[in-house]
Amino acid sequence: MQTRKKYIFLTFLASWLLLFLFGGDQLRRFAFFSGRRAEARRSWPRWTDRSLLKSFATPEELQRDGDPSLPSPRERRAARLSAHRSSRCRMETCFDLSRCERHGFKVFTYPQERGQPVSETYGKILRSIERSRYHTPRPEEACLFVLGIDTLDRDRLSGHYVRNVDEKIRGFPLWNGGRNHLIFNLYSGTWPGYGGELGFDVGHAMLAKASFDSRSFRPGFDVSIPLFPKEHPQRGGDRGWLHQHSVPPKKKYLLVFKGKRYLTGIGSGTRNALHHIHNGKDIVSLTTCKHGKDWEKHKDTRCDKDNVDYERFDYQELLHNSTFCIVPRGRRLGSFRFLEALQAACIPVLLSDGWELPFAEAIDWGKAAVVGSERLLLQIPSAVRCIHPERVLAFQQQTQFLWDAYFSSVDKIVHTTLEIIKDRLSPHRSRSRFLWNALPGGLLVLPDFSTHLGDFPFYYLQHGYSPSKKFTAFIRAVSQAGSLSQPILRLIQAVSGSQYCAQIVVLWSCEKPPPPSGKWPQSSVPLTIIQGRRKLSERFFPFGAIQTDAVLSLDEDTSLSTSEVDFAFSVWRSFPERIVGFPTQSHFWDAERGRWGSTSKWTNELSIVLTAAAFYHRYYHSLFTEYLPAGLRELVDGLAACEDILMNVLVAAVTKLPPIKVTQRKQHKEGVAQRAEAGGTDGSRRSSQRQDCLTQLADWFGYMPLVSSRLRLDPVLFKDQVSVLRKKYPSLEK
Amino acid sequence: IMCASAKYNTRGPALIPRMKTKHRIYYITLFSIVLLGLIATGMFQFWPHSIESSSDWTVEKRSVHDVPVVKLPADSPIPERGDLSCRMHTCFDVYRCGFNPKNKIKVYIYSLKKYVDEYGTLVSNTISREYNELLTAISDSEFYTDDVNRACLFVPSIDVLNQNALRIKETAQALAQLSRWDRGTNHLLFNMLPGGPPDYNTALDVPRDRALLAGGGFSTWTYRQGYDVSIPVYSPLSGEVDLPERGPGPRRYFILSSQMALHPEYHLELEALQAENGESVLILDKCTNLSEGVPAVRKRCYKNQVFDYPQVLQESTFCVVLRGARLGQAVLSDVLQAGCVPVIIADSYILPFSEVLDWKRASVVIPEEKMPEMYSILQSIPQRQIEEMQRQARWFWEAYFRSMKAIALATLQIINDRIYPYAAISYEEWNDPPAVKWSSVSNPLFLPLIPPQSQGFTAVVLTYDRVESLFRVITEVSKVPSLSKLLVVWNNQNKNPPEDSLWPKIRVPLKVVRTAENKLSNRFFPYDEIETEAVLAIDDDIIMLTSDELQFGYEVWREFPDRLVGYPGRLHLWDHEMNKWKYESEWTNEVSMVLTGAAFYHKYFNYLYTYKMPGDIKNWVDAHMNCEDIAMNFLVANVTGKSVIKVTPRKKFKCPECTAIDGLSLDQTHMVERSECINKFASVFGTMPLKVVEHRADPVLYKDDFPEKLKSFPNIGSL
Repeated sequence: MQTRKKYIFLTFLASWLLLFLFGGDQLRRFAFFSGRRAEARRSWPRWTDRSLLKSFATPEELQRDGDPSLPSPRERRAARLSAHRSSRCRMETCFDLSRCERHGFKVFTYPQERGQPVSETYGKILRSIERSRYHTPRPEEACLFVLGIDTLDRDRLSGHYVRNVDEKIRGFPLWNGGRNHLIFNLYSGTWPGYGGELGFDVGHAMLAKASFDSRSFRPGFDVSIPLFPKEHPQRGGDRGWLHQHSVPPKKKYLLVFKGKRYLTGIGSGTRNALHHIHNGKDIVSLTTCKHGKDWEKHKDTRCDKDNVDYERFDYQELLHNSTFCIVPRGRRLGSFRFLEALQAACIPVLLSDGWELPFAEAIDWGKAAVVGSERLLLQIPSAVRCIHPERVLAFQQQTQFLWDAYFSSVDKIVHTTLEIIKDRLSPHRSRSRFLWNALPGGLLVLPDFSTHLGDFPFYYLQHGYSPSKKFTAFIRAVSQAGSLSQPILRLIQAVSGSQYCAQIVVLWSCEKPPPPSGKWPQSSVPLTIIQGRRKLSERFFPFGAIQTDAVLSLDEDTSLSTSEVDFAFSVWRSFPERIVGFPTQSHFWDAERGRWGSTSKWTNELSIVLTAAAFYHRYYHSLFTEYLPAGLRELVDGLAACEDILMNVLVAAVTKLPPIKVTQRKQHKEGVAQRAEAGGTDGSRRSSQRQDCLTQLADWFGYMPLVSSRLRLDPVLFKDQVSVLRKKYPSLEK
Repeated sequence: IMCASAKYNTRGPALIPRMKTKHRIYYITLFSIVLLGLIATGMFQFWPHSIESSSDWTVEKRSVHDVPVVKLPADSPIPERGDLSCRMHTCFDVYRCGFNPKNKIKVYIYSLKKYVDEYGTLVSNTISREYNELLTAISDSEFYTDDVNRACLFVPSIDVLNQNALRIKETAQALAQLSRWDRGTNHLLFNMLPGGPPDYNTALDVPRDRALLAGGGFSTWTYRQGYDVSIPVYSPLSGEVDLPERGPGPRRYFILSSQMALHPEYHLELEALQAENGESVLILDKCTNLSEGVPAVRKRCYKNQVFDYPQVLQESTFCVVLRGARLGQAVLSDVLQAGCVPVIIADSYILPFSEVLDWKRASVVIPEEKMPEMYSILQSIPQRQIEEMQRQARWFWEAYFRSMKAIALATLQIINDRIYPYAAISYEEWNDPPAVKWSSVSNPLFLPLIPPQSQGFTAVVLTYDRVESLFRVITEVSKVPSLSKLLVVWNNQNKNPPEDSLWPKIRVPLKVVRTAENKLSNRFFPYDEIETEAVLAIDDDIIMLTSDELQFGYEVWREFPDRLVGYPGRLHLWDHEMNKWKYESEWTNEVSMVLTGAAFYHKYFNYLYTYKMPGDIKNWVDAHMNCEDIAMNFLVANVTGKSVIKVTPRKKFKCPECTAIDGLSLDQTHMVERSECINKFASVFGTMPLKVVEHRADPVLYKDDFPEKLKSFPNIGSL
């Protein structure tokens, strides 16, 4: 037994030794060492002396890279201004910032020349500028100049091509080598190359151009705009086509394209390959070569079959029913279908290499489109299939937001262009990329109001802020009596009784001066009196005296109790971006007379909360005064009872949501009703002015922004059959 | 014997003593021989080979000085100068990257060589510490491949971080002889200090043809947008000095300038600012009379006062970062590390990683011409925003500046995002500091839409065996005008649902889904049969809701499609005695939850409940057969950050809490269980997402003195 064990043991050892001597190498390579070996081979070596390696630069070199012998910064800037070629323009070299200092950002449009009519589209662009709050009729005030010559179509073969632009421009005394000029262009270059050439010397002017090639684009100087059709509405604009969040966010087709196939020339590389991904099921990619005069000359074997397929599908139908839409380059880089897909919530799959995407300086296209590569067309189907449904849902919503915020009308496109340029002038007072890409969009966020997100009513949730815990009561006094009336005294008392009231501000809009401070009621909260200029729109002026985010807007004859105020404020804190208030009205379309009407009669709906008693965010004062053009405020000043409609329209246009009505004590409701009736002839005049007001506002906005709601918010135990002692707001039920 | 042997066996070491001495010696000798043999084999097998194949695999014990030397002939080719018009689609060979499910580019690193010219003089330092760290980081990352044939991006090991430390022409020649150079296509060079006297170009002067450049100090004229990557100038102080993060808030100084050797003209401007604004502006310069041994780079002086650098940066709210001869300055990294908001005064400078980082949130950029206005510009920034910028600045340093690894990985990620744009990292992921990522919500249904009324809603009734009550619910619900489909989830596996003919005849389609297991989560499964956005979850015993109430609930949901809109409301409270959350179903003035025994919500939340419920909550709920409604309330509140909407007045629900059996004691245990659910979920979510509100929704004219027949929803609140 012992010896047998011994022999077995010895044999084992011997074989082990042999294995090691002869097979060790192989063993090491393939057996359990292989993993480690691959590991070791893979990585960058860990040098034994790595800790002794010298730094890439000495501390001195890093901290003192000054060289006093260099030209002084001032000289350098001066040299830069004079020497730069226009192809390398930047704001700091080709733009005269000093022109914008005195009057701010003002835009002057050249008067149109006689006998030289501009195209419909260019007319719209000029009107958009004239409608904007930056327009000035005085060139000496202007910071930016826009030509009266139509430069949209610079295709020499086009009928709209304007000749001798160079000569004309040189005749303008304001031209100044193009400095501080903005030139709009939709089509540049011509057959066959379709390059970026405009056919005249733009000098130091900025270009707002469609189909921009990233290589000729001067970053931070030019603006890339989208190509839009001549039917594009001046204002308002159609809404996006996404009306509901379908889940899963799948539509009938996954990916579609229907369009021309180029057999030769620029862009044919991509357009000629699109049919390869067609599978007839969820991917429909249809091309036709039937376009242009002599298509039959270049016709290839596919053409006839393609044309048959092509007719079988309707472009609009595909657009409506597809999750993704291919947006390839045409002869130029941009195409109409980009905006069409965006509006249709069909996520654009871009196949246009080198295209500087519209407003890419501001818009994060990665959130709304798939930026594909022309060279990787065949990977597109699998790439879009891999996109997670959650992302698809987010993409779809973002297309709709972008469409509505920046593209749905000529006004929006032009105003976005202007805002982007304005933001460059003072980088410290400009919108961050976040603001451009989050609701409600950059145009509605004024950096002059604040650059801090928490000061706006829109971003509380995204950034984990919460709305202010206090409010400012803002009372407008218009009565002609020189002394304080009973209602206003009662109102001040009720409001100051609220624990959330931080201050009371009275806007004294009467002819007679306000009573001396001793006459005002003593209250625990500070009271400020502002002497008004007796304009109706003034009540929404962003007074510096208003220190809190929340504003409770009141008329002097409003009657409210403290608990009503408390409850309404607690509701507002849940909906800080909306108007939350008591008396309401609703609007309707008066089909007989073909205009908008409004009623304060008790209805089952509401769309306007009167600002005689309403909470809203103070930012809306700034939007009202700074964002809306002066013309609208003049309109409001001229009509009775229009200013609160305008405020409601503005907030609805920003939020796309209805206002919120909270419950009001019965006696107060009756008070409102009585006053409405007491008006008599005066009342009917008011009501007809309200109709005018609504109709004119709808016209200016290009659509009716007001949204109706069918609910009212009450305290949780409102009129429930429980003991009054259990209720927090029992007095609201009286 | 059996026992004894077993005993021996368990005591292993006794084996040898048991043997005879003669045998023992024999064994020991044998062992020694074997051992020696093994060692000898090991030496023979491993040692010589490791020298032979040193470049191959056992490189761990190697010095940088041992790398192979490559001699560059004087006439070896030089690449073209960099092509300013290069873009990804013109100069980058995207076919090398291919389509891969991970959406990761593959990066290859050339092995290290020492380059000498014809006369044997070195072309450059072999490799700097930082470049070695950078390459190590790449090689340790997911991007790395050792297979040159599979690589999409190539990183030369030739160190060009500092242009002053290399010979331009010879370095270019070295690049050109790399095995896959091919005009520099898909090659990535890292450079932090470009240019040299006298004109200090803003991009690396080494001719590099089509290679991508990750450069620190680009100007808008040299930066090829979407092709190059702008990177920071690394500050070695990042690794040496540990500056603990300071809470945001006002600091001792308002503006601080710490750079040495500024151009005199800038210095004058800064001094003018100081003269105007006094002590709040501090301008530091190099120290003239430091005692020996004190490193000059770690000290700064103002008149006779000596300050520690970079610690002094933490004493100021804003720190000036002025351009020197170069645009990119290492001081930017120090300033960010100190949580000081950089004031960048360098016209045309492309800020680091500007392709993805939103510098407006972390810095103030002031045009050189506006330097005199700096003080007033900075004062106009709201305090709350300054605090956020301070946090943001520190976060940028931590994420993208603090080490060569951070710089390398951010660079590769940016290039990766360009090649796989549909898998790119989002703005929020790049820019939001972890604290913001935590506290913020990004609502998946963020677009404000009021869904069309016409699509109606789908009622989903979860039932087990109460057929009679179920039929009553079906009949009641079918009276609601906007009902478009009724789905019965039959959760009883032991019993078949009643025959078709027995079901109530209703005007909308009625579908019965049989489940495989009796689980509560079956109620929230995103059934394909649900074709509407709105889902009404309703228990099979909720027969007390009127048609007006349900229709009104649907109308309210349309105005709040991203919320739970329901009838019975509940509240969570903090129990100060027990120090935990408590469930409350009494008549309260507040609500934070609605029961899903009767609630409208978006079908999307069914997906979230089924596939995205955090932690083990879903299984936990199924196992305990309770609290699925609380879980749903948590989920929706957490993802939207919004409160629920309770509709219509309180009703006598037939004890919705207790499912079948009546009795007070059960009610008590039930409440305890529900409280436990809240505590459990709050700990899984890591926060308490529920929002408390004081309001409920009623029709506009609810309880108003107004003829009932003119009201849209007259029959509300009847018991």
